[in-house]
Amino acid sequence: MAAELHVALVAADREVWSGEATLVVARTTSGDIGVMPGHQPLLGVLESGPVTIRTPEGGTVVAAVHGGFISFADNKLSLLAEVAELSDEIDVQRVEQDLARAKAEDDAEAQRAADVRLRAATAGR
Amino acid sequence: MGAQLRVYKRRIRSVTATKKITKAMEMIAASRVVKAQRKVAASTPYAQELTRAVTAVGTGSNTKHPLTTEADNPTRAAVLLLTSDRGLAGAFNANAIKAAEQLTERLEREGKQVDTYIVGRRGVAHYNFRERKIAEAFTGFTDEPSYADAKKVAAPLIEAIQAETADGGVDELHIVYTEFVSMMTQTAVGSRLLPLRLDEAAAETATKGEILPLYDFEPSAEDVLDALLPRYVESRIYNALLQSAASKHAATRRAMKSATDNAGELINTLSRLANAARQAEITQEISEIVGGASALADATAGSDN
Repeated sequence: MAAELHVALVAADREVWSGEATLVVARTTSGDIGVMPGHQPLLGVLESGPVTIRTPEGGTVVAAVHGGFISFADNKLSLLAEVAELSDEIDVQRVEQDLARAKAEDDAEAQRAADVRLRAATAGR
Repeated sequence: MGAQLRVYKRRIRSVTATKKITKAMEMIAASRVVKAQRKVAASTPYAQELTRAVTAVGTGSNTKHPLTTEADNPTRAAVLLLTSDRGLAGAFNANAIKAAEQLTERLEREGKQVDTYIVGRRGVAHYNFRERKIAEAFTGFTDEPSYADAKKVAAPLIEAIQAETADGGVDELHIVYTEFVSMMTQTAVGSRLLPLRLDEAAAETATKGEILPLYDFEPSAEDVLDALLPRYVESRIYNALLQSAASKHAATRRAMKSATDNAGELINTLSRLANAARQAEITQEISEIVGGASALADATAGSDN
């Protein structure tokens, strides 16, 4: 059996996903980081971006995460985000509307958030 | 029907209507408590992980950060008071306001100037009526607070604590809210949010005597702490808002339950009085008939002779 780590993806108001994984890739402020079982204890600041979790069964879970932290210790990984959505929870049509609106209003932050969600949604499919 | 009896009947009708309303409010509040409790539980993992992370950075590095170090001579403090928008919750708001006033008094005795931030219309009304200064007020979301609301409340507080004291910043941040202990017990508590007492935060998380690992900080301990602490404040305020909402619903439920019980008791008493009045009326009618009949009999007997 391959080594596994326990992942908990937690948003401010609920637990979004939790389970075992063999690899987690997330975007920190200083670049993408991949965490595998046995990584050294880590605490980092997350950027808005997709988080990819590879499960032991060979599947992948993709989530859009907006701001937050990654912390890893004792083979337990916590992803804390103010807002987090799994790729299959994201309504692509609505995000495209949001993106168009953000572009029209020239709201860089909203545009980025919508872009991240869109990318996560397409990556998960 | 006699006048007395009619008055009783009318009062019984009115109290019955009130009882129905309070009963409905009790049931609504009961269902909301459960919902609010569930929200408190759902927000716990985030708060726990965040506290763990803050403790890890605070204890695992020698970083000095304005939010974790105590000022040598604190002169200004901010107090955030959480009340509800609506009343009918017994002593819920009164207790929270009393706790805030005690805390304010203590801080002023220590020579600190206090800025008051208030959530909830009840608290705002209380302070406005006494013409006390409110630094900022937030209303309209106390029944079901969302994380966005917590962010809105936290923003000016974080700004104030990061500003220099001379420019209107504050050295300390206190929060007064009603802790949801159980369905029957809710207590108003005042606690200091910032500067952080790391030993206390550590005691909260490391209950099983676990040793915090030596973390590798990405990008650096300062940056992590800079990003963590505002989130920590937001999450604590969010948790306090949720607990306060749950407590408010529990207090409403209890207040409405005793109102319903009292109404039931009142209906019983009034029904007894109404029965007595009806009985008195009947007795009087009988004695009138008997009296009338015997007077008639006396009169006929008299004319015969």
